[in-house]
Amino acid sequence: MRKTRTDARGTKPRRSLWAWVFLGACALSAVFWAALAPVRAASRDQVFEIPEGTWARRMAGNKVEILPSEIRLTLGVRDILVLKNLDDVPQIFGPTLMMPGQSFRLPFRRASRYQFACTAHASGQMIIVVEPFPATPWARLRWRVQELFTARRGRSERADT
Amino acid sequence: MRRTTSFALSLLLFTAGFAAADDASLRAGVFHPARPAPDFSLRGSDGAELKLSRYRGKVVILAFGFTSCPDVCPTTLAALAETRKKLGAQATELQVLYITVDPDTDSPERMQKYLGSFDPTFLGGTGTAEQLAAVRERYGIAATRKALGTSYTFSHSSFTYLIDRKGSLRALMPYGQSSDDYVHDVKILLAP
Repeated sequence: MRKTRTDARGTKPRRSLWAWVFLGACALSAVFWAALAPVRAASRDQVFEIPEGTWARRMAGNKVEILPSEIRLTLGVRDILVLKNLDDVPQIFGPTLMMPGQSFRLPFRRASRYQFACTAHASGQMIIVVEPFPATPWARLRWRVQELFTARRGRSERADT
Repeated sequence: MRRTTSFALSLLLFTAGFAAADDASLRAGVFHPARPAPDFSLRGSDGAELKLSRYRGKVVILAFGFTSCPDVCPTTLAALAETRKKLGAQATELQVLYITVDPDTDSPERMQKYLGSFDPTFLGGTGTAEQLAAVRERYGIAATRKALGTSYTFSHSSFTYLIDRKGSLRALMPYGQSSDDYVHDVKILLAP
């Protein structure tokens, strides 16, 4: 049985309390930072690439998904969709046909839900959701939490493939 | 010799720099590098042969659709008609081409009447199902016929292509963009 150290009056030592206070303060600071710090991104480009050899892998029967069926962008932060065909054959990529080595850069200027016909997806559609710039503290907090989840999901999807 | 080479290289970089700056300011989606727009030869709505290469020297907006389209085509064609009006005198340097995905229904006469209701200068293109499928394939256009009761409809790519004076496929304008966006980009492509 695990013993807990107690002081003479039978309560836990103050050190433990201070640790909790410190952790709470850290969490609160993180929330404040996420809500108040201005949202910035090093680049406004959201890049998707068809790697070299994709066509060959598809021909060999491998399932290769490059573009998610729904892409989320944010105005003023990450609002430029960049598609690159690094393969050595033309590919239907997103909404359009792209030659080997060609890139396509599509800026978005309005928050909306855009639908593109896309033969690369089983649904035949690619949806791009462009959200408004997170201007309020609540919107910034929501945006940062969403970014965190998206990054985690991206990492686990990459690990699966 | 070295001087000439260095001058030519500087000129090339200078020109490329300008082209890149132009591309970056377009509101449409930009292809880099731009590839030559695939040429085609179809039956024009004016009764003559419709060849893309005939419009070198003009900016061409290329759209795909069908005359019975209930929403996408009328919206796009209305925006393009407004674009021509807003361009004023420069409108003569813009050609709108509209290629049907429904050759069974869209005869040249029907297309002329339909397009004329938006702008009399718009030209349509039709042909055999195989000819049109070949054009769509070269432009990456999707078009699927769907039954609709006793009738049918088409689900088709809704964007338009912007082709510059030299015949290069420069950009793709997504559906729903305003005539101001088209005017903005056409002016950039028309600039010397």
